[in-house]
Amino acid sequence: MSTQIPKQTEESSETEAEAEAPSKGDERRTEKRRRAAEERARRQAEEAEKAAADEETIELKVFRYDPEVEGKQEPRFDTFHVPFTKGMTVLDALMYSRDNYDSSLTFRHSCRQAVCGSDAMFVNGGQKLACKTQIVDLQEPIRVEPLPHAEVEKDLVVDMEHFYDQMEAVEPYFQTNEYPDGELEEQRQTRENREKVKMSTRCIWCGACMSSCNIAAGDNEYLGPAAINKAYRFAMDEREGEDIKQERLEIIEQEHGVWRCQTQFSCTEVCPKDIPLTEHIQELKREAVKSNLKFW
Amino acid sequence: MHEHDVIVVGAGGAGLRAAIAAQEAGADVAIVSKLHPVRSHTGAAEGGINAALRDADSWQDHAYDTMKGSDYLGDAPAVEALCKESPEEVIQLEHWGMPFSREEDGRVSQRPFGGLSFPRTTYAGAETGHQMLHTMYEQVVKRGVTVYDEWHVMDLAVTDEEDPADRTCHGVVAYDIQSGEVSGFRADDGVILATGGMGQVFDHTTNAVANTGDGVAMAYRAGVPMEDMEFIQFHPTTLPSTGVLISEGVRGEGGILYNSEGERFMFEHGYANNDGELASRDVVSRAELTEVNEGRGIEDEYVHLDMRHLGEERILDRLENILHLAEDFEGADGLTEPMPVKPGQHYAMGGIETNEFGETVIGGLYAAGECACASVHGANRLGGNALPELIVFGKRAGRHAAGEDMGEAEITTGRDGEWEPAEYEFEVEVGETGGQGPAAADGGAVASDAESVLGTAVERAEGYVEELLARKGRNHAEIRSQVQETMTANVNVFREEGRLEETLGDLHEAREAYKDVAVSDPSRTFNTDLIHTMETRNILDIAEALTMGALARKEFRGAHWRKEHQERKDEEWLKHTLVSWNDGEPELWYKPTILEGEDKTYEPKSRSY
Repeated sequence: MSTQIPKQTEESSETEAEAEAPSKGDERRTEKRRRAAEERARRQAEEAEKAAADEETIELKVFRYDPEVEGKQEPRFDTFHVPFTKGMTVLDALMYSRDNYDSSLTFRHSCRQAVCGSDAMFVNGGQKLACKTQIVDLQEPIRVEPLPHAEVEKDLVVDMEHFYDQMEAVEPYFQTNEYPDGELEEQRQTRENREKVKMSTRCIWCGACMSSCNIAAGDNEYLGPAAINKAYRFAMDEREGEDIKQERLEIIEQEHGVWRCQTQFSCTEVCPKDIPLTEHIQELKREAVKSNLKFW
Repeated sequence: MHEHDVIVVGAGGAGLRAAIAAQEAGADVAIVSKLHPVRSHTGAAEGGINAALRDADSWQDHAYDTMKGSDYLGDAPAVEALCKESPEEVIQLEHWGMPFSREEDGRVSQRPFGGLSFPRTTYAGAETGHQMLHTMYEQVVKRGVTVYDEWHVMDLAVTDEEDPADRTCHGVVAYDIQSGEVSGFRADDGVILATGGMGQVFDHTTNAVANTGDGVAMAYRAGVPMEDMEFIQFHPTTLPSTGVLISEGVRGEGGILYNSEGERFMFEHGYANNDGELASRDVVSRAELTEVNEGRGIEDEYVHLDMRHLGEERILDRLENILHLAEDFEGADGLTEPMPVKPGQHYAMGGIETNEFGETVIGGLYAAGECACASVHGANRLGGNALPELIVFGKRAGRHAAGEDMGEAEITTGRDGEWEPAEYEFEVEVGETGGQGPAAADGGAVASDAESVLGTAVERAEGYVEELLARKGRNHAEIRSQVQETMTANVNVFREEGRLEETLGDLHEAREAYKDVAVSDPSRTFNTDLIHTMETRNILDIAEALTMGALARKEFRGAHWRKEHQERKDEEWLKHTLVSWNDGEPELWYKPTILEGEDKTYEPKSRSY
């Protein structure tokens, strides 16, 4: 180790020679950040205001249902008043309600940091991860419901089996016909290609997109945005090779595959990981057409 | 009753790798997990996977760094296994399609990390764990391994001989969270515990809410000692309000820590004159808290981690996830301002005592990953050494359980080797305060056949659930937060005798209170109240063993800092702490550390960075 400046790997201090013009995705991200900064300034002002008010509480209206417990078999909304603290998220408010008011209040959650995908819910009419949704950004009373278009098991917990089945239908695992020689040889992949699949690999299987999709709501067999995105993740990965890519295109070209998508962009809007799902679906449509017109 | 050759409990990195390995070795495998596999907390790991992949690097150097980082409490056979096998495991992940960050020539990228003499940390942006978890789950799907997801494993089905070394594990008992059914899972060849961390013992942690140390507590109550529990890693860079992790990768790429006076304190106050921000985690965490305690913290709570000078392009390329986390959970923009960070509980170096193949003292019972202690990390884990631990030891346990011959283990378990009792007198009564009964499954009947051992275990578990649902009493949440508060206040980065004793007293009170715990939700459908109540007992057992070990170890080693004992005492303390359940009367004892490696002995040296 050097004494003062931490070592860098060789290429890292240089900008890449063939740095491309910023892609759409980059522009979108920069724009997003600018908006987020404005948003934050607004939020901080609001938070300061809220903190100044003594004993500020927020109002949650939470969907309740339990098929087994008398009195909860008829779906209803319960109201919870939760003391507001700075930086409070919908998940924080739900946990507070559960631990202090009603221990039977049920929802899935685990990591608290938007990576496990457990706590996708319908908050004020939009699919969101509860852990990532700031209370100050929401209109009160805050309505918290289970994801639409999925069977409710209890309170905010829905059955995810159908979602998992669709994911598994696209052969969601890496396949290739050849590996490099030598025990410790990795497959080579260009930076550009990794960049191409990068966003698609960020899916956390939360189900927000599937729940927001009108097509999926009307066609139970539609693969849905998450599964098609998974197919994209592999189809576009140069390490798999052309033969496998063709097989993948056949899977997503089926009757309930990419052609069902009507580009309403709902999935893209709700994706908590900012995956350009609709774009990925369209790109696969193009690939499918190209591969069917063999003279391209 | 479900029956398989090998049952893996937990579906994070270690569990998935164990399942794949056992299946490849010809076993019929099933994974039982309280979370769906992709929800596992391995997905939150950010920084990377250490592996000596390059010609200029060697596994021997990796082993030396790991041993130095462990403050000479690692066991050489385990450390060397990790470093030798990590490269092939990383390449295996790449062959399974894991989207690693890449160099110009298309090879897997590596970056510098704390305490490493070579930049050997392979990574996938700042979301390495997420990519690793999903890559391995994909392989589990491909291979058609059976997964029972959202089944909470309550207990092990173990025979009840006097000596734990004579006991056999025949399977597990689990509660179906969806339906409320209790069922036995028989394992003809072995049970592998891969239940991950126990961060919920603390208040401010990077760990998920599900990380309640279930496997550790379960094995403990069945007779397997907990090893080195006092060694808890506090990660130097977590977000102050939530405990969300900010990867060591930020410092690996060149991020700098500043105090409120704008000083680069790691150098300017002499905490690590050579490596600065890239000293090992215990050193950096203590430095930050010292700054805060001496009045140079910001808002008297945290310090600043600055990565602005790395430039937007490099940050977006390698640390993008960090921008999102700082933005979403602290409202800080890492591109335009420094990020607030403070130490937070992150990893348990200790856990279920195993040898280098993952075997425990109980026949047929294995453990791998964070819940296990072989010990690879000794008194302090190096950043980037947890993910390779999951895959290397997951694989080893899986193969061994499936019957592969892997030779003779050098690390002993239980009291097979040298050991000595502790001479420490606790001022507070430790252990059960009655009401829970013994934990080994057949209640002393010492049935020998799997059927009856499992049958008894299922009956007991069913009875326990019914009792919790039927009786009136206190909610677990209050007890859980009492434990978390006292642990965070007193068993943290800095530890002193009086306050450790105080915590032991608090834990005794919490145990008393837990006797009256009850579940108010009567439902058998997705009853999280019940699950959390059962988890709270695990938290209690672990918190107590951890505090006992911390009180008795009168020295300063790795992450274990003691106010009254400001030096490492190799003469007396080159030994592992073990705590045995002993039918509810915890017993503390020690066994020597193994510093003899394959070709060399790791001589303890003074540790500076």
